[in-house]
Amino acid sequence: MFYREAGQFKASYQNDQQIFPIRQDQIGFIALMGFLFLVVPFIANQYWLQAVLIPVLIFGLAALGLNILTGYAGQLSLGSAAFMAVGAFGTYNFMLRIDGIPFLVALLLGGLCAAAIGILFGLPSLRIKGFYLAVATLAAQFFIVWVLVKFGWFSNYSSSGVITAQHVNILGVDFRSPEMKYLLTLTVVVVMALLAKNMVRSSTGRKWMAVRDMDVAAEVIGIRLMRTKLQAFAISSFYCGVAGALYAYMYLGTVEPEGFNLDMSFRILFMIIIGGVGSIMGSFIGAAFIVLLPVFLNVAFHSTIGAYVPADLASNLELIIFGALIIFFLIVEPHGLARLWQLTKEKLRLWPFPH
Amino acid sequence: MTFFLEVLIGGLLSGVLYALVALGFVLIFKASGVFNFAQGAMVFFAALTFVGFTEVLPGWTGLAPGSGAVFWLAFILALSSMIVLGIATERVVLRPLVNQAPITLFMVTIGLTFFIEGVAQGIWGSHVRRLDLGIEDVPVMFLLDNFDMMISQFDVIAAVLALVMFVALAVMFQYTKVGRALRAVADDHQAALSVGIPLKHIWAIVWSVAGFVALIAGLIWGARNGVQFALTFTALKALPVLILGGFTSVPGAIIGGLIIGASEKVAEVYLGPYVGGGIEGWFPYILAMLFLLVRPEGLFGEKHIDRV
Amino acid sequence: MKFRKTLMAVAAVATVFTASYAVAQQEQYVGLPSYRVGPFGASGAALYGGWIDYMNMINERDGGVNGVKLTWEECETEYNNARGVECYERMKNRGPTGNSVFQPLSTGITYSVLDRVAEDKIPMVTIGYGRTDAADGTVFPWVFPMISTYWNQASAIMNYIGQKEGGMENLKGKKIGLLYHDSAYGAESHAVMDRLAEMHGFSVQKIAVASPGNEQQAQWLQIRRERPDYVILWGWGVMNPTAIRTASRTGYPVDKIVGVWWSGAEEDVVPAGDAAKGYTAAGFNPAGTNFPVIQDIMTHVYAKNRGNMSDQSRVGSVLYNRGVVHGIIYVEAIRTAQENFGTGRPMTGEEMRWGFENLNIDEARLAALGADGFMPNLQITCEDHEGSGLLKFQQWDGEKWTVVSDWISGDRELVRSMIKDSAAAYAAEKGITPRDCSAQ
Repeated sequence: MFYREAGQFKASYQNDQQIFPIRQDQIGFIALMGFLFLVVPFIANQYWLQAVLIPVLIFGLAALGLNILTGYAGQLSLGSAAFMAVGAFGTYNFMLRIDGIPFLVALLLGGLCAAAIGILFGLPSLRIKGFYLAVATLAAQFFIVWVLVKFGWFSNYSSSGVITAQHVNILGVDFRSPEMKYLLTLTVVVVMALLAKNMVRSSTGRKWMAVRDMDVAAEVIGIRLMRTKLQAFAISSFYCGVAGALYAYMYLGTVEPEGFNLDMSFRILFMIIIGGVGSIMGSFIGAAFIVLLPVFLNVAFHSTIGAYVPADLASNLELIIFGALIIFFLIVEPHGLARLWQLTKEKLRLWPFPH
Repeated sequence: MTFFLEVLIGGLLSGVLYALVALGFVLIFKASGVFNFAQGAMVFFAALTFVGFTEVLPGWTGLAPGSGAVFWLAFILALSSMIVLGIATERVVLRPLVNQAPITLFMVTIGLTFFIEGVAQGIWGSHVRRLDLGIEDVPVMFLLDNFDMMISQFDVIAAVLALVMFVALAVMFQYTKVGRALRAVADDHQAALSVGIPLKHIWAIVWSVAGFVALIAGLIWGARNGVQFALTFTALKALPVLILGGFTSVPGAIIGGLIIGASEKVAEVYLGPYVGGGIEGWFPYILAMLFLLVRPEGLFGEKHIDRV
Repeated sequence: MKFRKTLMAVAAVATVFTASYAVAQQEQYVGLPSYRVGPFGASGAALYGGWIDYMNMINERDGGVNGVKLTWEECETEYNNARGVECYERMKNRGPTGNSVFQPLSTGITYSVLDRVAEDKIPMVTIGYGRTDAADGTVFPWVFPMISTYWNQASAIMNYIGQKEGGMENLKGKKIGLLYHDSAYGAESHAVMDRLAEMHGFSVQKIAVASPGNEQQAQWLQIRRERPDYVILWGWGVMNPTAIRTASRTGYPVDKIVGVWWSGAEEDVVPAGDAAKGYTAAGFNPAGTNFPVIQDIMTHVYAKNRGNMSDQSRVGSVLYNRGVVHGIIYVEAIRTAQENFGTGRPMTGEEMRWGFENLNIDEARLAALGADGFMPNLQITCEDHEGSGLLKFQQWDGEKWTVVSDWISGDRELVRSMIKDSAAAYAAEKGITPRDCSAQ
């Protein structure tokens, strides 16, 4: 009843090509943004901002990066965390070595560093694909972290190899409080998500999908495989790099290279599989799910049965349930949570009179 | 020269043990097209279950701790657990996901990894255990006395054990009825089904065999490093072996293991000092990656599968 | 119907998330960011178990600290930085006075909350890990890397080797192998070892082991070729038993290997079997159950079946006892703070910080606690957040650890000066003005 596009006519091409062609979607999007920008900073406490919302946004952005590569261009990668590390360490070094560089410029440059490295490690994709490629991207994962640990220059010769994010100040505004950090993160993430949304429905995105669906056919119709694949690697790594920089500057403050480990790469891959491969929104839903589920299980367990079973067992039960839920979700909906949302929308169109 | 040979032979022996872990991946990938990331967790689960049984069995049955009877009973019980796990995985996890995208199947095995790790440590506890197979880990005296070479006796015996198992599996694949069915399924699911091979049974068998391989790998690796969570990391050593040897080839796993084991040791010793060392973590991956640039299907992989 | 159920579940979760804990005012709360699963779960379970048992014992035996009961809550971090931060944020405002101390037992999590603890005014205590230069209290007022930092440890190990060789002057011309975990943790040892080598005229051969370190054939063959006089094992997790075993199979004498304290627990030697007989490792607490404080835990906690360890045989292990040391330091800080700010009520984070900074556990106090020889004496000042810097060395005989040295200190002068330099550089980078300790 409420979600029906009947009666919405598109009179011009411009109208027809809007990001959100359906009015209800437009209203929903504006309402969501209004809520996130104007309401959340006032009602959320520090815990929600610093421990939930900021990481969900940042991991959502990283998942979006991986989704561009895996979901749209069909190239499986297990090195996302390493590209995040490149972004974080790149931004740090630009901030450190260039006096008075604006944070957003450093962020952009850090992302570009990640993109460059991404292209380098994307080269094998020209010859191999599938799990062979996934395992090959593990080379990036291990190699990059090793380089960052081994060569002191990247961490400005700190004795323990960690970097400490500088204070962020944009046009005289200090981004120190959780609210300001949240707002900056949100702005960057929303801008980049909208860009991605545009990208995947433009010719760039269509090329990626053509390559994903059948690369030989794509080549036959004149898509240059090498360029398209490397472009996907570059853009994906750029997104991961920016996410990594935000992870260092807006979330943790001090990061070590080992923080960007294989486990994190897997977590990001999880986010897109659970959220939905080839879906912008799915990346964020997946990130929220993977970040919040262990926390939820932990809270639920310690407040309920935690008092009755040994702590060791409680922690292991959490792990078991986490694994079982992932299996369960994949069996119930192999296309991810975003697919559920789509189905809901389909149903809403007809509701309450399905026939 | 002796030193180089020491490094090389030590590496080759380690390589066989990598291949042992890789074999579990290959079996499952070949028969069901699933890249089973849980193989590492299965190695851990198998070893922990075995050690757990050796600890509790004397109390249950009154057998003397450390006796042969306890060993074999624990071995049989651990093997049965692995078979149950294999069959349950096929039933509960894989059957509903037939015909899904490979990446979904891959992710489901990562979920399975968490599940298995939790179950293993939930039942047996998380503390580090010793596993004694009764093989002394000392240099082979003959080589030490005559050639001044230090080659671990344990590694030699473990490698021989692994090779015996490879041969046994190869024979099974080649000459038994089940083996023929397995090869048929590996070649073409549809065709195998249409000639009346019960696909589900075959999958259950393959997962059980992979469980058996995991148990052997778990015993050997557990005896080397202790039975602890880190056994799951043996999977990371097996992955480059897989890409080098091909996901679908048993001989590929062995040859790949030998190459990876030897080259990573030689690189660490001769190249490592110039770049600060610790390159074993990534060197095999880079090597395998470069190799793939030249030969995308791996050493023995099937050509048509992953050619771009 | 299904929808309503979901809604109710969500509501239930929301209450759990937001519910402020209804606790009596006379309770001192501490949030424990523990890890009992994952690659280091075995260590986490023993260490947090020891700490919890000690707090339980204080509650049972003394009725709390001056009548203030201790309460705690665990939060599983899985040794993961992001999870650790979530735990920190979740627990920081719990209890009547908020979280009174944060001890993550993970260097990564330590770094991740370093800025936050100063903002939230919660002291962070990192005993034997964490950021070394935080021992400078003028730059890091909220961080306490107590007993000994990594740098001091490296120096103490060299002093121990010097003792074995019959004096530091005998180190001249010796060759020391440093087998380290290739990570930020392992890299901590480099600068101080280089300085010491320069001072005493020995040479250091650094050999990296890639994480996780379950294969070390190449490294030990290198060691065998170079034949260093001693090897310092700077490992963590599975790297330790693997190192000891590989040493034995390549014929390196195990009694020439000296481990750091993260290489010196039962977990590190038991899997290596007989190969570990004669291996020595540093520690700031011995193993064993003969100490009165452990006996008290047995009678007041385990006898009443309220112990935290599911496997009671691990009580008295190195890591368990280290957890008890954590507990002792925590409780003593509460006591110190209460004596200054008023007994019989829980302390706030700021008051706890004062308690830690004025902590003075001398020999007499240790004896009174039943911990004579169980941990080194410890005096914290405004400038020095490290304290004693004393270590003991233990040898593994195949069954148990035996103490083989007295308390040995590192080269305090050298380490302090390095800490000062490093902290000053950090202060300059972050724009922090160091506190003036004479004004405190």
